[in-house]
Parts: sequence; structure tokens; C-alpha cells
Amino acid sequence: MTLSPTALPPTNARAYRALIARRLAILAGFAALLLLSVAVDISLGPARYPVADVVRTILSPGAADMQMRVVVWDIRMPMALLAVTVGASLSMAGAQMQTILANPLASPFTLGLSAAASFGAALAMVLGVALFPGALTLMVPINAFAMAMAAALLIFGLSTLRGVTVETIVLLGIALVFTFNAALALLQYFASEQALSAVVFWTMGSLTKATWGKVAVTAAILVVTLPLFARRAWALTAIRLGEVRAAAMGVPVRRLRLEALVLVSVLAAVPVSFVGTIGFIGIVGPHVARLLLGEDQRFFLPGALLAGALILSATSVLSKALLPGAVLPIGIITALVGVPFFMALILTKGRKAW
Amino acid sequence: MVTLALDQIGAGYGRQMILRGVTTPPIEGGALTALVGANAAGKSTLFRRIAGQLKGPGTVHFGGIDRTELRYMPQDTAMSAALTVFETIILALKQGGGWRLSAAELAQVEGVLARFDLSHLADRQLPELSGGQRQAVSIAQTLVTRPRIVLMDEPTSALDLYRQVEVLNALATYAEETGAVMLLALHDINQVMRSCRSVIALAGGQVLATGPTLDVLGPEMIRSLYGISCRVERCSRGCPMMIVDGVAQPT
Repeated sequence: MTLSPTALPPTNARAYRALIARRLAILAGFAALLLLSVAVDISLGPARYPVADVVRTILSPGAADMQMRVVVWDIRMPMALLAVTVGASLSMAGAQMQTILANPLASPFTLGLSAAASFGAALAMVLGVALFPGALTLMVPINAFAMAMAAALLIFGLSTLRGVTVETIVLLGIALVFTFNAALALLQYFASEQALSAVVFWTMGSLTKATWGKVAVTAAILVVTLPLFARRAWALTAIRLGEVRAAAMGVPVRRLRLEALVLVSVLAAVPVSFVGTIGFIGIVGPHVARLLLGEDQRFFLPGALLAGALILSATSVLSKALLPGAVLPIGIITALVGVPFFMALILTKGRKAW
Repeated sequence: MVTLALDQIGAGYGRQMILRGVTTPPIEGGALTALVGANAAGKSTLFRRIAGQLKGPGTVHFGGIDRTELRYMPQDTAMSAALTVFETIILALKQGGGWRLSAAELAQVEGVLARFDLSHLADRQLPELSGGQRQAVSIAQTLVTRPRIVLMDEPTSALDLYRQVEVLNALATYAEETGAVMLLALHDINQVMRSCRSVIALAGGQVLATGPTLDVLGPEMIRSLYGISCRVERCSRGCPMMIVDGVAQPT
């Protein structure tokens, strides 16, 4: 394509186009790293397979040997992919909570959704209480989901009241964290030894109960919510400049906030009910995306999604690689390994968006 | 000719009414109009009512124009997000639009940055800017869609003297070029006398006077608006200016 000199865009527009190109490259880099991480994740386990063989088994399952096919397709792939969908969901939920609540600390964890889910799960494990009687094998995740949604709806309901500011909502979330943690501690105090260890293990967060069904459910939620957020990309970005200013640009602030809260609740509650407490992703994923890509939601949203997926997938790799033969609970690794990395990132980048 | 007229406008928050029966003759476009009044006189409330953010009795008449061509710049300058100046302007341009940016849209952003002397800051992030720079960005953001009714709440409050003069000149030029109605809440009476054609004086949620700047802003009106005693005199070059003598004694 040739452009006559007069048609050349002025310098700032050119610089902006370059910025866009750089961001697309970063997103592509994230995606490539994610693919690599997933492949490595699948290759690791009690039986170690070369990454190349794993890739071959994934691409043409018919040609692989029976045992490897079962291990790769039925055991490891659901785990590896659940890490991706859960990481993406939690990070996207955190990103939009931070956006609509104008608070860098907002996440499914800090607003009490994780604590509520833990309490719901513990109700099932300790007392055998099913909040929705029926599918007893799914009692734990259903309880967890119900409590997380209840917490989300409480926050959601209160945020519709007149005169409730975003600060109030965040404080309320923190109050919920403490309330549910206290209730959980009470349950643990009365729990049998067996139930206690189940609860403790659940709250550490784990991908080991992954199934293709869980992968499908979490992926479906992502597929539904992502376009809904994407359609609102400009409005969501505008909200970060303040409510009054966004309203002045024609953004229906209250309605947008409510819609986003509903989507975010589902986006956070489902993964949490499947894998337990994984606290770190919902805060760090969005912050990594914000530091590298800025807050234009056209890039921030996919960035947060990919960053969250990559962090949890890489953590899954680490949880298997750190102690050969053992899979450490992933919730522990995210914090232990992620925090130093995160601290380094915020201290070196030094951009103060909040 | 674009005009804006207010007919018995009221507005408030909850049960507390701030504005009562605000009525003005048609405000004509093509020059700056100042909205003056003490703190808490109801200036911001009036802007939000005209912009449709607050409901209330009365009618806002838009002459020769659709209300979608109205843009309102709030007073709050605390913009802080990981966005560059260029992106911040784009945001105002693309609300309700698609993801892609055309060359014409980029040129529009470039143009408004140049108009307000912001081109050199285009790739800076908002948190890196000074308060005054942010205010200038906010003004550019308001005008990027080329609105024909513009409400600006204290657009010069964070600017140094040079930038105040520069921005008010640029706004007056914009009004002349586009014929837009430009209603600005301003506190500096001398700047109002220098740059605004007409004035709406607001006190206690009601209009005290409207009309050409010098007809409205005499010593008596300034005294009843702000409670100060002053003179309005001509300088050696014949320009009117206000000289403050002190706080008015209660009468």
C-alpha cells in the first residue's frame, strides 16, 4: 500500500497506531506463552512424557498409544484446560470488579465471594447440608456456588440502594470476608477430623478434581460473558474516568454497573465452586494487563483474560514441578510464587493509575 | 443560529431543591456566555439539569439543534486511569461506536489536541499529568465530537494565567467557528469581562440577571453575588475591569 505524503497521518496518530501494534504483539505473546504452558502442563505428572509426544497425542489421538491417550486426554487435559478457563474467568471478573467499583483491591477474593464459597462447601463437607437437595455428588460445588452467588447478590442488591458509593461496596465486601471466615472457622471447630482435612484441602484450591464437564461449563460462561463485556468496551473504559464524566459522555452508569456486577458474579462464583480458593489471580491478572496494556478495554479485557489464564496455567506447571511426584495445592503456589513477581512488576513499572 | 433557552427550570437532590424557576431568554451561539455565582449557587446543578443528568420541572429549549449535540464537562478534574491523553480523547469520540478507528477519526483527535496545545502530551499517561494539563485534556475531550451546545463547569480553575487566556481564546474561537452555544461557569470576573459576550448571574438557585456582560456585571450585582465591594472601571486602554475594594459591609 502506498500513501501520498499528504495522506500520511500526523505524528500522534502514527504513534497511536504503533501503540496498538505493540499491544497486539503483547496479546499474541501472551497467547503463545499460554499454549506453551498448557503443553508443558500436560506433559508433567507421575509419568513424564516429552512435550513433542504430548502435542502429537493432542493433535492426532488415534495414532497415540492407548495408555498415553488416556492419561493425556482424560486426566491431564481437563486439569490443564480448567487452569486456563478458571484463571481467565477469575482474572476477567477481577478486572471488571476493579473497573466498575473504581478500586484496585476489588476481586472475587477481596469482595467475599471466595470466602462465601468456602463456607458453602464446608456446610456440605462438615454438616452434610445440601442447600439444593438433589444431586448429592455435586453437593459441594453447588453449595459453594449458591453461597458465592448469595454473597454477590447481597453486594449487588446493596449497590442499587440510593446513596451507596463504591467505597461502601468494597467495605461491605471486606465485612463479608470476615463474616464467612468466622463462620467457616466455627464449622471447622466442630468438624470431624476427616471433614476438617477435606475442608482445609478445599480451601487451599486445587485443580485435581477437574473433569471435561467443568471445563465445558467454565468455558461456556466465558464465551457468553466476553462478548457482553466487549460490546461495552468504550463505556467500561469511560467509567474509569469517574461516574460524572462517564455520564457526561452518555454512559448509563448505573445500569452498566448493575449489568457488569451480575456478569461478574457468575463469572467468579462458578470457577470458585469448582476449584476452591485461588485468591491471587483476580487481583494480579488485571494488574499485569493494566501495566502492560493500559485500560482501553479493547486490550485490557483480552489482556486480563490471557494473563489470568497464563498465570494459573504456569502455576499448575510449578505445582507439579516443585516437588517431583507430588502435586502441591495450586492456591498456595499462586501466592508464594506470584507475589514476588507481582511486587517486582508494580515497583519497577511505577505507573500510578490509582 | 443555535440557541439554548431555559423555562422555569427546577432541580435538586432527593427532596432538597437547589434550583427554582430558572428562566433565561434564548442564549445565542457564536460567543462565550458566562454563568457566574458564588459557591453553592447552583451552577453545577443547573449544568447537570440541562445535560439531562438530573430530572426536574421546567423545560430546556434547544433551538435549531438536537440534544445529542450537547456536551457537558464536569468540574471534577480527578481523571486517573492507565490511559494516554490520546486514548482519553478517543474515548469521548467513540462512545456508542465500534472498535475500529478511521483515519478521519484519528485526524479529529489530532486536531483537537493541537487546538488546545496538547499535541506534545499525546502519549503521556493521565496520572503523569499536572492538574492543569488534565483540565486541558478534559476540555479537548469535551469538544472532540464538535458539539454545538457546550456546558463547561469551571474550565479554567486549575490553569495558570497564560493557559487561562489561551484556553478562553481557543474556546471563543471554537464558538465563532461553529456557532455553538458555550456556557461556562467562571469565577474570575475580569476574565469574564475580557472574554464573554453575555452573562447569567445565579444566586441561591435563582437567576438574578441575564444580559450583555457589562450590563449585568456592575458593582451592585457583583456585591449581591459575592458580597464584596468593588468598582468597575476602564483601564488606560478603555477595557473594563473590576477592582476589589474589600468585603462588603452588611447593609
